[in-house]
Amino acid sequence: MSRRVVFPNRVLPYLLLAPQVAITLVFFFWPAFQAVRQSLYRDDPFGFSSRFVGLANFELVLSDPNYINSLKVTVIFSLSVAVLALVAALLLAVMADRVVRGKRIYQTLLIWPYAVAPAIAGMLWLFLFSPAMGTLAVMLRDTGYDWNPLLNGDQAMAMVVGAAAWKQISYNFLFFLAGLQAIPKSLIEAAAIDGAGPAKRFWTIVFPLLSPTSFFLLVVNTVYAFFDTFGIIHAVTGGGPARATETLVYKVYNDGFVNLNLGASSAQSVILMAIVITLTVIQFKYVERRVHYA
Amino acid sequence: MIEKRPIGALLAHFILIIGILIVAFPIYYTFVASTLTSPEIMAPPMPLLPGGHFLENYGGAFGGIGTIGGVGVGRLLLNTTIVALTIAIGKIIISILSAYAIVFFSFPGRMLFFWMIFITLMLPVEVRILPTYQVIVDLGLIDTYTGLTLPLIASATATFLFRQFFMTIPDELIEAARIDGAGPVRFFKDILLPLSYTNIAALFVILFIYGWTQYLWPLLITNDNNMNTIIIGLRKMISFVDADTQWNLVMAITILAMVPPIAVVVLMQRWFVKGLVDSEK
Amino acid sequence: MAEVGIRGVRKTYAGGFEAIKGIDCAVGDGEFLVMLGPSGCGKSTLLRMVAGLETISAGEVSIGGRVVNDLEPKDRDIAMVFQNYALYPHMTVYDNMAYGLKIRGMSKADIESRVHKASDILELRPFLDRRPRQLSGGQRQRVAMGRAIVREPKVFLFDEPLSNLDAKLRTQMRVEINRLQDRLGITSLYVTHDQVEAMTLADRMMVMNGGVAEQIGTPMEVYHRPASTFVAGFIGSPAMNFLPARLTASGVELNGGHAVPLPAGSGGASAAREITLGIRPEHLTLESGQGIGDIAVKVELIEALGADTVVHARLTSSGDPLLARLPGSARVSNGDTLHFAITPGEVHLFDRQTGRRL
Repeated sequence: MSRRVVFPNRVLPYLLLAPQVAITLVFFFWPAFQAVRQSLYRDDPFGFSSRFVGLANFELVLSDPNYINSLKVTVIFSLSVAVLALVAALLLAVMADRVVRGKRIYQTLLIWPYAVAPAIAGMLWLFLFSPAMGTLAVMLRDTGYDWNPLLNGDQAMAMVVGAAAWKQISYNFLFFLAGLQAIPKSLIEAAAIDGAGPAKRFWTIVFPLLSPTSFFLLVVNTVYAFFDTFGIIHAVTGGGPARATETLVYKVYNDGFVNLNLGASSAQSVILMAIVITLTVIQFKYVERRVHYA
Repeated sequence: MIEKRPIGALLAHFILIIGILIVAFPIYYTFVASTLTSPEIMAPPMPLLPGGHFLENYGGAFGGIGTIGGVGVGRLLLNTTIVALTIAIGKIIISILSAYAIVFFSFPGRMLFFWMIFITLMLPVEVRILPTYQVIVDLGLIDTYTGLTLPLIASATATFLFRQFFMTIPDELIEAARIDGAGPVRFFKDILLPLSYTNIAALFVILFIYGWTQYLWPLLITNDNNMNTIIIGLRKMISFVDADTQWNLVMAITILAMVPPIAVVVLMQRWFVKGLVDSEK
Repeated sequence: MAEVGIRGVRKTYAGGFEAIKGIDCAVGDGEFLVMLGPSGCGKSTLLRMVAGLETISAGEVSIGGRVVNDLEPKDRDIAMVFQNYALYPHMTVYDNMAYGLKIRGMSKADIESRVHKASDILELRPFLDRRPRQLSGGQRQRVAMGRAIVREPKVFLFDEPLSNLDAKLRTQMRVEINRLQDRLGITSLYVTHDQVEAMTLADRMMVMNGGVAEQIGTPMEVYHRPASTFVAGFIGSPAMNFLPARLTASGVELNGGHAVPLPAGSGGASAAREITLGIRPEHLTLESGQGIGDIAVKVELIEALGADTVVHARLTSSGDPLLARLPGSARVSNGDTLHFAITPGEVHLFDRQTGRRL
């Protein structure tokens, strides 16, 4: 990664790096270190002192049924969001790749949700599906369906999944479209000459060639569902009803800032850190693979 | 395309239009609501065509005396713009400088710094939420623009994007500049920076959106309603659901909170797509 | 105006690899020195050391009598033309040429007059407002030259400037560089792996191999009196024939007993020794009256090029391969047995072990 030709200068590079490194140390490394440290301590009931308790906070967290519930919620939420957003985006990208005229207009209209803040995406869906005022909620109830996400956990989950997936379609669409356009037309033509029809061509040529993109997007979508959807949950359900939509990130926030349980929140932070590190490593291992595919 | 089958093309257009309807409907629905009166909104099903209260609602959103917790929409939009611009421009500046140091100089600790920046990818706000908050409290940065932006300005992604671009610059260009008499500062200013404009534009779109849509961080850092971003303000408005909530104003403000980032993405679409695809390589 | 002195120059990389193993060369004022050799011979490294782009591990480089080892490139008063041109892509042709002058703080008017003068010489006037990507390869090459010319440096350095051009443009640009050199008379160091460029451009050439200067001399010296088998084989096309032979008091004896009379002037050997005999294909003739010796060969393959006919053959006595370039009028066919004579004075003798000329 180093170049053959560099400037011979001793001091300047440090000056150039100083701002980034200072922010990194103060706002990333120091707090991360503190999170790890605090996860090993527990405050006394009066908050005057804290004592070292080893891994007791982790034991407590991992044996807490609410935490296990939150883990399950997160997995279901993330997978649903990823699958929904990927399938919808792939369908739209394949169609957009097919049309000759209007490709650009479709793209323009499909990328809007990317610019919408997660919290606002949640609000939009709330406006549509709120039992009190949502037009779609009324229409659902008119069909005889008992729609009330404020009381029904599964329906609340469906609503936040919908909002989160809706927002992610733009991103996936652009990557799938780029991936489709990178497939050499000669390959498709060769398959056509070999006698493969459109459906067969898609499943035997296009889809396998898209698999690096798909895998990459799966990882990115999972990270997104884990971390970037806090705003949706916070604005729409507040983790409810009855913790049905309480994801891990929401719980860290809730335990730390609402319930003010420092040790437990820190232990949860450390567990989340382990999850991010795993996901990042997978993502980067994959980046090397992608080079070979391309 | 191999076969030109009109039915296939028709089907493609049909599916795309359905997709767009689904994607655009929530935004359109909110826009329609923003042109109705509050009682109309509260009596679903709502009409699907805009009503006649556009000026009244948007005027009300701006003109109302402190629509949200005593703060006007103008102030919230200003706060959000300041935050989004500071984060985007700040990230670009410190990332391009870091990448320049890492790629074009050879010095002790170069790899150490590279890894330090890389590791921040694995430390999103969410995993260090309480201690980072504590740092902000200790530094007295609660309810300040500095507190809202500074911790978000470090950027591994932007640094990597610039690094990757810098690696493609041929050695001979640097040598030619050295022979022409340009030192590191002039080379950066006269040659590297102009060559990076496209990358900077692409990153700007992505980072502006990133800054505009921040939620958890401003939620923690602001107590004073005067320092709220528009998204936090909106959240506060709808969280006290009672009969008095002026839903027509909520809808208008929601649209106002979406227009700037959508405008940036749509108007700078070319750079947006490039930035998105490049920054994930 | 300046001489370039290269004295005992060495380049050793951090890993211990020695790229330049001690080279001495004095380039006269206004002289055009071509550094020629295969890739990896160190010719570009040596040029970059003169430019100040590589540090000098040992020895001394001087320009105009001043030792420049520790000077930055910008302080050496040199200009360089790169293989890939290295034009600034975001600047116009005018700005590309003017950039170095601007940095040196020259006045706008002076810059303009210099750039206009250079662009007239290089016929770049119509392109001054274009950017590099709007130019053809040959035009970019000329801009790169223009950037060097406007600086009016003491020394021009060229690093394979023509190798990115197609064959036709290369010939054309070679002629242009030749004219330019006649007109400007600035000391030039020119790196290439192309022997035609070297032969046509050089006042003197340095043939390099493995970090060593095998020979420094005028093109004709190098052609007619190559200092080693490496130089002899590198210059000339088709390449020189090398035949294993023995040097005796009476002359040279080829494998299988063919004898070649010793060329006049080359010292005989009191004791017989193993040598390599070098003969250029163009110095073999079928007219026995015009040459010395009598080498019998059997023809294996004929390449008729029109003006010339290249004959691939084997010595009847030893089976050693031999190439001859005969006039296109020569009547030869496969399987013929021919008798070649060697043009007098064109017999080259090399030590079998060291490859040095005897």
